[in-house]
Amino acid sequence: MLSVTDVRKYFPIKEGLFIKKEVGRVHAVDGVSLEVRAGETLGIVGESGCGKSTLARCITGLHHVTAGRIEFDGKDIATLDPKAFRRDVQMIFQDPYGSLNPRRRVGSIIADPLKIHRIEGDTRKRVQELMALVGLNPEHYNRFPAEFSGGQRQRIGIARALALNPRLVVCDEPVSALDVSIQAQVINLLTDLQDQLGLTYVFIAHDLSVVRYVSDRVAVMYLGQVVELAVGEDLYKTPRHPYTNALLSAASVADPDLSAKRERIVLMGDVPSPINPPTGCRFHPRCPKARERCVAEMPLLIDSGNGHLTACHFPVQPGEHLTSEHPQIQQQSTEPQL
Amino acid sequence: MTLLEVQDLRVTFRTPDGDVQAVRGVTFAVERGRTLGIVGESGSGKSVSTQTLMGLTRGAVVSGSARFEGKDLLALPPDQLRRLRGAEISMIFQDPLTSLHPLYTIGWQIMEMIRIHEPSTSKEQARKRAVEQLALVGIPQPDQRVNDYPHQFSGGMRQRAMIAMALALNPKLIIADEPTTALDATVQAQILDLMARLQKEFDTALIMITHDLGVIADMADDVLVMYAGKPVEHARRRELYYAPHHPYTVGLLESVPSATGDKTRLRPVPGQPPSLLSPPAGCSFHPRCRYVMPQCRVDEPPLPAGQHGSACWLPSDLVGIGPEVAARRQEASRAQRD
Repeated sequence: MLSVTDVRKYFPIKEGLFIKKEVGRVHAVDGVSLEVRAGETLGIVGESGCGKSTLARCITGLHHVTAGRIEFDGKDIATLDPKAFRRDVQMIFQDPYGSLNPRRRVGSIIADPLKIHRIEGDTRKRVQELMALVGLNPEHYNRFPAEFSGGQRQRIGIARALALNPRLVVCDEPVSALDVSIQAQVINLLTDLQDQLGLTYVFIAHDLSVVRYVSDRVAVMYLGQVVELAVGEDLYKTPRHPYTNALLSAASVADPDLSAKRERIVLMGDVPSPINPPTGCRFHPRCPKARERCVAEMPLLIDSGNGHLTACHFPVQPGEHLTSEHPQIQQQSTEPQL
Repeated sequence: MTLLEVQDLRVTFRTPDGDVQAVRGVTFAVERGRTLGIVGESGSGKSVSTQTLMGLTRGAVVSGSARFEGKDLLALPPDQLRRLRGAEISMIFQDPLTSLHPLYTIGWQIMEMIRIHEPSTSKEQARKRAVEQLALVGIPQPDQRVNDYPHQFSGGMRQRAMIAMALALNPKLIIADEPTTALDATVQAQILDLMARLQKEFDTALIMITHDLGVIADMADDVLVMYAGKPVEHARRRELYYAPHHPYTVGLLESVPSATGDKTRLRPVPGQPPSLLSPPAGCSFHPRCRYVMPQCRVDEPPLPAGQHGSACWLPSDLVGIGPEVAARRQEASRAQRD
């Protein structure tokens, strides 16, 4: 349905008082290729700054890509009529406070897409239908966003996204700002809507268990690149990339026995700056398996069987034991660069 | 041995809209060297109760008692409380960027704290101790980084610096208020590891406040669940996760997607937390409870003392999650109704 080919998005860093000169670039998304299949939920996980939100904004056309192609139904979205494209692709945002205009009534916020696209018919009836669909009381359509709780506001955002009957909905951290019990309500709503309306989701979150729960396939991003992409259960049960292993072992789970049994791979240091990303494999400065080849050569995202894609020269084998130790060889080889 | 004993703590804020009863009778105890986890959603009063102990809720109407080594923190004159704060009890906050002063170096801030509480320490000695503290929490090149400003540190490093500061005077109790909520999964794992290690090393008691059931599963010995300003259940960690009694605790645990990849539908707690301006009569959870009985609307259930207590009218042997318990719970509440 949607295919992303080698998409890059760089943000220029400018300096200078009168003549702004480009002094560097933030490599927010750096060569991402993936596809979204009709009817599925593709989960994207990664830590802050890994480029997952930028990628979402590229997919919905909110950012123009620096390089690469994004095709929707086989047509490049850069050449599509933006209005027609937006009918099919909509977005749900993280912050239910910032994404709704506080001075406008909920009914008119939800009706916005209908007005913009000049859809004829009984607007109020449609808005009330949408409100009922997402579990809001249709009578509340004259209220202001401030009169709703966080979870209800997120429902308003969902109703607005669904107003035009889109086919693809990009959800950018839709439940991260919500409390646990409310989070579960919204997740259930999203899965119900998918069954009812046959939606396709791109679901972005940093919470690994939420992504596992909603997704059919999951992509893991690190520093602007996809390092691993596989069917959800495959990825969680047999992660191949050392970063995925570390990320999964780091996530805390609400189960004391399971958590005690698990061995944590604690990564050294922080995520490097995307302004000047490391050479070769982006993960090599923190990788417990890094060798000289990882410093020199960027690994490609290749299929290691059953559509399980991994971008690693030395993927983790089933049953292999990863340590938290960092190989010495690695540090020597980066020294000359400093 | 009991280090801190809080009894019937109540905190009310006077606002133009009326009195907000943020904390409505909290009782708990912290043992020396152990970790008490306090879980609850936003507005449950978990932060307000501990901030009140430290004298950080100015203008609030406070009642109850909090005995720390025999002294009642709530009755202590401000100058004595100030002497205690930082030296005997210290705090780690959620957002290390706003809790560190941006215009002073990290080292200066740690030194200031040492020199205020121990005026006989010379500047050189204090500086040496600041460097030692930074080394202890794993800041690389601590003798240089001690001169850095908070903005030169990454999020994880700032939280390490906060921990270094909290430990500088070897306190008996550390109150950590959502210490890892602002951090990414891999950094959160580093910080939790560090806190657990240092706690063991210095035999410090810890109060861990969080909304994340995963963090509690990793860290806490004892757990207190709060709802609408009141504790609803307290238990040892394993008991709380595997044999919860209060329907709210059960609801919280069922709202989190399973760690094993089980995709059965989530069972969120319906509705939203009540307003603390006018909390519901009887059990404050009754409007959202699946097993509500006539008694719940009128009488407030007490929180029994002992190892495992649950403020709920359901028979005490109905513990755990699972279809059998759910069926028996329903039966019990039906019997009560008839």
